[in-house]
Amino acid sequence: MVRCKGWLGLAALLLIAGIGLSLCTGRVWVDPMVLVRSIFNPQPSLAWLILADLRVPRTLLGLLVGATLGLSGAVLQGLLRNPLAEPGLLGVSAGAALGAVIAIYFGLSASFALATPLFGIVGAIVAGILTLTIGRGGTLMMILAGAAVSGLMGAGLSFALNFAPSPYAAYEITTWLLGSLADRSWDQLALAAPFILLGWVCLAMTARDLDALTLGEAQAESLGVNLRRTQLLALAGTAASVGAATAVTGAIGFVGLVAPHLVRPFVGHQPSRVLLPSALFGAILLVFADVATRLIPTAVEIRLGVLTSLVGTPFFFWLVLRLRRLSP
Amino acid sequence: MTRLQADGVSVRRGSRAIVDNLSLQLEGGSFVALIGPNGAGKSTLMAALAGLLVPDAGEVSLDGKSLRHIKGRALARMRAYLPQNPRAEWPLSVERLIALGLTPQLPAFGGLPMAFEARVAAAIDQFDLAEQRNQPATTLSGGELSRAMLARALVGDPDILLADEPLTGLDPRHALDGISRLRGLAQAGKLVVASIHDLTLTARYATHVAVMREGRLIAFGETAATLTAALLSDAFEVDACVSGAATPTAIVDFVSY
Repeated sequence: MVRCKGWLGLAALLLIAGIGLSLCTGRVWVDPMVLVRSIFNPQPSLAWLILADLRVPRTLLGLLVGATLGLSGAVLQGLLRNPLAEPGLLGVSAGAALGAVIAIYFGLSASFALATPLFGIVGAIVAGILTLTIGRGGTLMMILAGAAVSGLMGAGLSFALNFAPSPYAAYEITTWLLGSLADRSWDQLALAAPFILLGWVCLAMTARDLDALTLGEAQAESLGVNLRRTQLLALAGTAASVGAATAVTGAIGFVGLVAPHLVRPFVGHQPSRVLLPSALFGAILLVFADVATRLIPTAVEIRLGVLTSLVGTPFFFWLVLRLRRLSP
Repeated sequence: MTRLQADGVSVRRGSRAIVDNLSLQLEGGSFVALIGPNGAGKSTLMAALAGLLVPDAGEVSLDGKSLRHIKGRALARMRAYLPQNPRAEWPLSVERLIALGLTPQLPAFGGLPMAFEARVAAAIDQFDLAEQRNQPATTLSGGELSRAMLARALVGDPDILLADEPLTGLDPRHALDGISRLRGLAQAGKLVVASIHDLTLTARYATHVAVMREGRLIAFGETAATLTAALLSDAFEVDACVSGAATPTAIVDFVSY
């Protein structure tokens, strides 16, 4: 219990540090003193404009998206009892990406700024419904259906790239797919937030059932768990929250896979107790990764999705090696 | 007195009937061993009795009320079910694993109430798991795991325990320990139904035997009267000799040519 409290304290500390850094760093360094002063005495100045219009929405979005990925990853790993499960597994992220790319492809995003996230959310919901209808009856069916839907959406993405109306459109689609928190407005945040929060509620409602699933599906059912309801909540929650997150930021890999593994040993491996810390560490990871994209001195800002993949892949290797050591 | 009853229960897979028009009446205070050759439909019958599988025909009822009309959580408080080879999917501590048995008693959110911790502690003592209390359940030996799962099933104090092959993979000492615990539960008034392949242990400990073959119930009754050489040769198609059924020194052996 003491160790658990210490862990939460550490998380809070890291979170505050991450938020502070994220507000201060960027092309223009905002002095922390200016930051504190403008909180207590907001006056229109350059620093204030940068904070209010760029840094605050960017940081908030990073927190929301990171927490979403961490929470959804923890729920899916618990539901499927598979350490390699991650939010993209059920085809929802690919659906969101395809929806957003369709908006870019037809030039809708140029005339109407919110078209990209709006189409992304629709794409995620369509993909979620597809996975749920095809994947009825059992965990394995659901994973297979998710893989099929991911494949279908991926094919759609390639198709859009292949037939892009101009090289510029192809470039725009590719960079969007790489994932980023840069230059996102309050409007985009306001559009995604309700879906993300709704998704969190669905995901949190699975906590008890995930614990019972530790005993396997037969015993969980004998304990009064309605598996169908649990699967529906997990998938709907992932579709709404991860879908909305991907629709605004593009695909950001590995956070949802890594965050649950980071916290699991510290909460005694109990699935329900992984959820909150995993969401916290997802948020911390993403905010720090986003700060890193701004600090790494490259000519073009490195994309967030690229950075999380670069940092996340070695972790994936480590996970595979560890699983190989544990299994006979 | 708890009464679990099957009326004309049939379960079909395609055109084949796994359980075929089977009726059975079980009462609290008895330890019923479900025996029969592989593929006789024992596991399917257990799942139907547990309410995990809705029969294609007929009905299972608990104290006169159809399982169809009892809500999952309410049913979970009255009967516990252990599948074949139960295992833990995450390395939870034994204590947390046992606490999962209280899931149907818990509110939707929040931690484990203090009164429940006492019940978990009592279950740990009852099943001699004090040393393993904080050990990850995935590292337990076969005997320890089966005791932990039994503790998990009984921590919520259900009236009925349905265990599918609880003795599989246990060495003689742990098998004896396990089956005498099941007998003890029946003496405490619970209804215990377990499918078992070890007929000598069955003859010594079970109060009743139910014998299945090809989806049908071919015999059911008190062990002393029911478990006979003639019945075993009917059910298993081997010549058997049974001595002292329902006594502590009973032996069932098979004759080979």
